[in-house]
Amino acid sequence: MAFLELNGVSKSFGHAPVLRGLDLSIEEGEFVAIVGFSGSGKTTLINLIAGLLRPNTGSVRLDGREITGPGPDRGVAFQTYALLPWLTVRENIALAVDSLFPDWPASKRRAHVDRHLAMVNLAAAGDKLPRQLSGGMRQRVSVARALAMDPRILLLDEPLSALDALTRGTLQNEIARIWAADRKTVVLITNDVDEGLLLADRIIPMTPGPGATLGPEVRVTLPRPRDRRELNHNPEFKRLRASVTTWLLDAAARRKATSPGRVPAPPCLTPIAIN
Amino acid sequence: MNLLRRLIAFCETTGLTLFVPVLRLCLGEEPRRQLGALGRIAGLPLVGAAVFLLAWSAVASDVKTSIGALPGPVQVWEQAEGLVKEHLAERARERAFYARQAEIKVRYEKAFPGRHWAERKYSGAPTYLDEILTSLETVFAGFLIASAIAIPIGILCGLSETFFNTVNPYIQLFRPVSPLAWLPIVMILVSALYTSKDPLFAKSFVSSAITVALCSLWPTLVNTAIGVGSIDPDHLNVARVLRLSWWVRLRKIVLPSALPFIFTGLRLSLSVGWMVLIAAEMLAQNPGLGKFVWDMFQNGSSQTLALIMVAVFTIGIIGFILDRLMLTLQQLVSYERSAKR
Repeated sequence: MAFLELNGVSKSFGHAPVLRGLDLSIEEGEFVAIVGFSGSGKTTLINLIAGLLRPNTGSVRLDGREITGPGPDRGVAFQTYALLPWLTVRENIALAVDSLFPDWPASKRRAHVDRHLAMVNLAAAGDKLPRQLSGGMRQRVSVARALAMDPRILLLDEPLSALDALTRGTLQNEIARIWAADRKTVVLITNDVDEGLLLADRIIPMTPGPGATLGPEVRVTLPRPRDRRELNHNPEFKRLRASVTTWLLDAAARRKATSPGRVPAPPCLTPIAIN
Repeated sequence: MNLLRRLIAFCETTGLTLFVPVLRLCLGEEPRRQLGALGRIAGLPLVGAAVFLLAWSAVASDVKTSIGALPGPVQVWEQAEGLVKEHLAERARERAFYARQAEIKVRYEKAFPGRHWAERKYSGAPTYLDEILTSLETVFAGFLIASAIAIPIGILCGLSETFFNTVNPYIQLFRPVSPLAWLPIVMILVSALYTSKDPLFAKSFVSSAITVALCSLWPTLVNTAIGVGSIDPDHLNVARVLRLSWWVRLRKIVLPSALPFIFTGLRLSLSVGWMVLIAAEMLAQNPGLGKFVWDMFQNGSSQTLALIMVAVFTIGIIGFILDRLMLTLQQLVSYERSAKR
């Protein structure tokens, strides 16, 4: 049995099916990227793993135990960062550390916060409020908070999609570095195929919703550490990127062809009598 | 230089916007724009005031009432001065009374050693400024009672839909009730329930304060409920992932997030309370501005109208100052604002 297992998971909101019959298994220490179009239900998938949502059918199991609610063993870096705006960066992380490790002495907790601040290169910004930070810095705080929970699995929900290209590149390198340091299990949700290829061991494309499901996985065997500039000339990278992109585009085209709701109705042609 | 900058920031938070262009002029920032702003902020209201005073004094003498002509601004100002002078004279009499009593006490105790001199309190009538102070005490007592009831209930309403649906009909039912309807009930209940030989507060004070509370708690209650109900769901998800206890969630996430809303409610509540207070004091015969207005109305002297107008302006000015104070507090607790500093 895999570390994280989803079996036949379906989720719908009211009558709108979002995910349909989804299977996924992830091994411990693996970095998996789930790539899909926006609006295809990727955040719903993360929320199901996080336990913030319960599936309608099927099961989500972590280490063989059914997930019934959210918990600190699954650290989430939310797409919207979800930092508390009235707390400083340090206090945001400390809130997590203090409530999860109340038995630790205060000095150990403080050191733990400082270590994670330093890990995301924010040691100098500890006393700032989230509002005073750039988007990239806020996202790093969010990741630091998730890591400081010392989770068994790290869930990154489109962590970089709101950032400009340069910041995104820097943060991708940081995520790669942090992952290489402690090899936590990571599920990364993204709409950027290159990002998946740069970071992940495995890429799983997702069909566009409604009623989304997962496509065939692609193993990324590119050697680490991966350098963005070199990758651009790597034939294996090009081949993987082409295969994932093609599959996604085909899935979108198939969806368009079969989805009855999206086919424009033919114009109503009633002959008119002309005198 | 730095001090000036800090003063500007202070004036902006406290709503003393009048001084901002003056201070900026001292810094030499865009003099033309600052003069324009000064004209807008100070000049236009001054012109308005001048027009108002001129029109008032022109019209006033032509309006004849049963107790003489309508007083103009000059007469009203004279009465205001008179009230302040009366206050100072009364204080002087009070001081003289206590000085004389102390003197007598010394002589008495010398003449009859071993006997105790029973001190007497000065029994002069409260002056206009004393009435203002009483009114402020009453309104804050009512406001405190209102906040103590409204904030917890508002939080519960925001947190629990079940609780909200249970309570909401009563909120809707009692919210529009006028203070004049509450007051008789409150007075009878206070007379029946608040029976002590040596009461800490006068019954009329308690009745007025409770009436103020009943009428002013609604804005705080509704705003608190809205503030708590509109917390970013992501923040609540953080609390769920961290498995925060109910209490920690309330303290660390719910309250800070709702605080700006709560203070908006408190600000509205205080201004409603101040308005209700005057009516409550009139009817409950609680010493204060309301009773002052009522007494002036009852005695019907030739200065009555001018004195009541003094009271009207006092009520307006104090209401304005209270609102500004609450606005300042509101801006201080708003985390968006404090982040900018």
